Amino acid sequence: MAKEPKKPSYLREFYKGIIIENPVFRLVLGTCPTLAVTTAAMNALGMGAAATLVLVCSNIVISLLRNVIPDKVRIAAYITIIAGFVSIVQMFVKAYSPDLDKSLGIYLPLIVVNCIILGRAEMFASKNKVLPSALDGLGMGIGFTLALLVMGSIRELIGAGTLFGFPVTVQFMAPMIIFILPPGGFFVYGMLVAVVNKITIKKGKVPKNQLGCSGCPMATNCSRADQGECGKP
Amino acid sequence: MKENLLVSSSPHLRGGRKTNLIMLDVIIALMPAVIASGIIFGVRALIILAITTGTCVLSEWVCRKVMKRDNTIGDLSAIVTGILLAFNLPVSIHPVMAGIGGVVAIVVVKQMFGGLGQNFVNPALTARIVLMASFPSQMSTWYQPFYYTMDASTPDALTTATPLGILGEGAGAPLPSYLDMFLGNTAGCLGETCALALILGGLYLIVRRVISPIIPLCYLATVVIFSLIFGRDILVDLLSGGLLLGAFFMATDYATTPINWKGKIIFAVGCGIITMVIRIFGSLPEGVSYSIVLMNIVAPHIEKLTRPRAFGKARKERKKNEA
Repeated sequence: MAKEPKKPSYLREFYKGIIIENPVFRLVLGTCPTLAVTTAAMNALGMGAAATLVLVCSNIVISLLRNVIPDKVRIAAYITIIAGFVSIVQMFVKAYSPDLDKSLGIYLPLIVVNCIILGRAEMFASKNKVLPSALDGLGMGIGFTLALLVMGSIRELIGAGTLFGFPVTVQFMAPMIIFILPPGGFFVYGMLVAVVNKITIKKGKVPKNQLGCSGCPMATNCSRADQGECGKP
Repeated sequence: MKENLLVSSSPHLRGGRKTNLIMLDVIIALMPAVIASGIIFGVRALIILAITTGTCVLSEWVCRKVMKRDNTIGDLSAIVTGILLAFNLPVSIHPVMAGIGGVVAIVVVKQMFGGLGQNFVNPALTARIVLMASFPSQMSTWYQPFYYTMDASTPDALTTATPLGILGEGAGAPLPSYLDMFLGNTAGCLGETCALALILGGLYLIVRRVISPIIPLCYLATVVIFSLIFGRDILVDLLSGGLLLGAFFMATDYATTPINWKGKIIFAVGCGIITMVIRIFGSLPEGVSYSIVLMNIVAPHIEKLTRPRAFGKARKERKKNEA
């Protein structure tokens, strides 16, 4: 998906994760924790911070070990590294913020199988040097945190009438509880994806299929393989 | 002679029935229930009706403008949705909440999926479900009929339970008489209490051939059968809750129900089963709205299963070949 710049710029590795390749709204990764923990802005922030920490650390370690890990067992190796960092973060949160640990529940240990972290390890850290990998992890982590924060704020504001626990509209009108329930989560998520698409995809520009037909398993049997894109009528 | 020969694609004969005429018929059919709700629940009921209808029409207009599509207020479907939505709300609802319901019905359920005929669930019912999930306490506060003539100094006396609520709670308050339930002298949503007005409207729609009687009849029959099996009071089951409103006006929505009669029967029986399962076993007293929306969602699959045989196609040989 990533448009590879001709000259690798460290700045780009950092900022691309925030909007252009936002893991939640553009890559649609990590949907499960996104929908589950964004019932309140504070939860979203805690989840984002935890995931960012794990993402940066695992990206650095995987990038360091990228020439050591054999290709065939790489996923198992990545998971082990990620699980190590998740355990550290979980113990840390349990010790210093038991309330946050309680409200995040199972989703904190589930960072181990978070596809953003595994995806960045597979797509980026295993092919790049340490500094770009760390910046990529940081950018993606901040993008994830921002996405969670926006969703959490909207859902908490409409669904509970508060923001970070402070009452905002709750004293004027009963909040729409549906927004902190699963349907509201899906609704806000869909709306935000639409808004981010509207901002990032420029008008009249057809998004190009970056992979082309070479990456397609059906290319040998496809009648349109020579045309380059399967979407064209 | 040559000029008089017109070559065009079918259909060659058109009846004069347009969407707005059908919708006008539905509005006329809803009028008895509108009047009944005005009599039973007073001016506030009419205000709620005006608010939901107004927000529905307004949000349809704004939505079409923003999406740069042609204007469709003229087909009157937004007005029907507005009236049906108000019929599904209690009279005590906050006007802002009723307005939110109207916006949800038109913008989220209807226009986001492409407008009239493209929505896959009933807009009014879905808006009611959204409001139920959003404001559970306000959506289940029931004022007594003719509350506006009562002494307002004792507000506790104003609220009461619906017949199905009483039934669900077990032996509490006495049930209202059959006549009261038939005429609508019970607590409930705006449009659902007066069975007489709903039956009048439903008959008008059937006589005008706007709806086919298959869905209402099968729906009600299924409810009666379930009522018999579980030894409940058949008349209470038929006359209470939103059953008649749902069976005549919402389960017959063209866009969200199967087209041919086999599909209609499956759809209606499914609605009846889900309604009664929720009424008998569920924690909610009433399940008409959920049953219709759930069956709306499976309607495309019912349609697929009940696709009629194309004229001239072989009957069973195809099946043999497959086997």
